[in-house]
Amino acid sequence: MEFIQVEDMSHVYYPGQENEHAALKHINLRIKQGEFIAVLGTNGSGKSTLAKHFNALLLPTSGHCYIDGLDTLNTEELWQIRQQVGMVFQNPDNQIIAAVVEDDVAFGPENLGVPPKEIRQRVTESLQAVRMERYRKFAPHLLSGGQKQRIAIAGALAMHTKCLVFDEPTAMLDPIGRTEVLATVKRLHEEAGITIVYITHFMEEAAAADRVLVMDHGEIVEDDTPAKIFIKVDEMKRRGLDVPLAAEVAWRLRRNGIHLPQDILTNEDLVVALCR
Amino acid sequence: MLTDITIGQYFPGASLLHRLDPRTKIILLFLFIIDIFVFDTPLSYGLLSLFTVSLIYFSQVPMRMMIKSIKPLWWILLFTFLINLCSVSGEAFAHIWIFALTWEGLRQAVFICLRLILLILLSSLLTFTTSPLALTDALENLMGPFKRLGMPAHELAMMMTIALRFVPTLIEETDKIMKAQKSRGSDFSSGSLLHRVKSLIPILVPLFISAFRRADELAMAMEARCYRGGVGRTQMKALRITTIDYVAYGASLLFACTLVGLKVIGI
Ligand SMILES: Nc1ncnc2c1ncn2[C@@H]1O[C@H](COP(=O)(O)OP(=O)(O)OP(=O)(O)O)[C@@H](O)[C@H]1O
Ligand SMILES: [Mg+2]
Repeated sequence: MEFIQVEDMSHVYYPGQENEHAALKHINLRIKQGEFIAVLGTNGSGKSTLAKHFNALLLPTSGHCYIDGLDTLNTEELWQIRQQVGMVFQNPDNQIIAAVVEDDVAFGPENLGVPPKEIRQRVTESLQAVRMERYRKFAPHLLSGGQKQRIAIAGALAMHTKCLVFDEPTAMLDPIGRTEVLATVKRLHEEAGITIVYITHFMEEAAAADRVLVMDHGEIVEDDTPAKIFIKVDEMKRRGLDVPLAAEVAWRLRRNGIHLPQDILTNEDLVVALCR
Repeated sequence: MLTDITIGQYFPGASLLHRLDPRTKIILLFLFIIDIFVFDTPLSYGLLSLFTVSLIYFSQVPMRMMIKSIKPLWWILLFTFLINLCSVSGEAFAHIWIFALTWEGLRQAVFICLRLILLILLSSLLTFTTSPLALTDALENLMGPFKRLGMPAHELAMMMTIALRFVPTLIEETDKIMKAQKSRGSDFSSGSLLHRVKSLIPILVPLFISAFRRADELAMAMEARCYRGGVGRTQMKALRITTIDYVAYGASLLFACTLVGLKVIGI
């Protein structure tokens, strides 16, 4: 069984009531340990709903979601599941609990009942992993958005999570904050082998992933490498989504008869291809 | 204006005061509050003031911050001063309109204001030298014995932690909303009292809505981090009574005894 395995999973909000809404429809999905997955989709396509199933904040109304072999419907294993899958949400201000950085990072391990001495060690390690060791004693409201998000990541790492789920972590950040967060995510993926599920509206960020899922009306309609997804510019536009600027330029050039390779995602790719 | 509020602001540091166990600090604060109210001779006021000033010195909290903590209560101080000045009977040294200002009144006014200032300074010193988390941990711990009577000590402490954490965030947000409303032409600083109170509604409504949204998201984030109440929880900064705490208790008791002694012999 894969690290995350979703089988014929549906989620209906308010089942049986008049405002009933099927947010996820018969999803099947397998995510291997150590993969970096980006999730794209228009507003209301069910991305956040899917993400919340990965650490049992929401439970399937039908079907199953297995995390490292544990069924999220089995409430006895709830804490084990949440310990393994950390979440980082959009608004950095609404996920920091304590008034000092180190206390906030310690919140997760404290809940797990880890002994104080080990918590200190974990806090140090996690802050180092996100390069925020210097800010240990700071008050979170004095930090920038990007720094706050890195603290939130450290908070999840301190629980020794194997997987991090990000729900539009950069939506409220400035460009500098965005690069900071994405660089941290990439490094954790490459160096610590952490499985990443990264929901975003920024196509440039999605291009950094190993695999991209595209969601539409509660279904996964595409599941492929970024290069294969972003070459279908027409289809993406029809779904109300964009592609990275470089991919779009390459697509237009190709339509005008210029021969370019199929896997252009970043500006650098494009420059290299054009200069050849 | 709003950012002037200093309550609940913590100054990280490594002074003796910072290193005291927060429970010790709370208990001793109570002891000193009692001292301040029980002993009312000039000498004991002098000693208590001297003591407070030296504590501030040791805490390494900038004097500027201490003064700032008194500022919001400046009107109350002035009011108290005037009331006392005018309402005590005795030998008058001046008459203003229908009020007779007496020496006894002046003496009492000065002392009562001094009392209030000492109270504010000592309590601010507690919040300046104790991180909010340590403070709530200490309260949770001190309330521990009442848990058996059904008092939700952990929940209250957690509520306080979160409230303290969100004070700066909500202040910032209020500032932002006020600016947004001002830029749309609303006026908070003129007109009748009723008008001014009414003009607060467009600030409070968005503030409440946003606070509820924040609460919802925060609850989700806490759950995602395995929060399930106080049971089975450990603490990184476990509270520990050390030698300096015993020394602090000893010194404070000695100080209180000195004051009692002075009172008994009548100076
Ligand atoms: N708590 C809820 N109660 C009822 N319906 C909800 C709830 N949360 C989401 N929905 C509905 O479920 C659908 C999917 O929502 P979801 O938040 O998963 O979308 P999303 O892809 O994350 O969108 P966005 O890009 O705006 O974050 C939407 O139509 C939304 O209205
Ligand atoms: Mg969403």
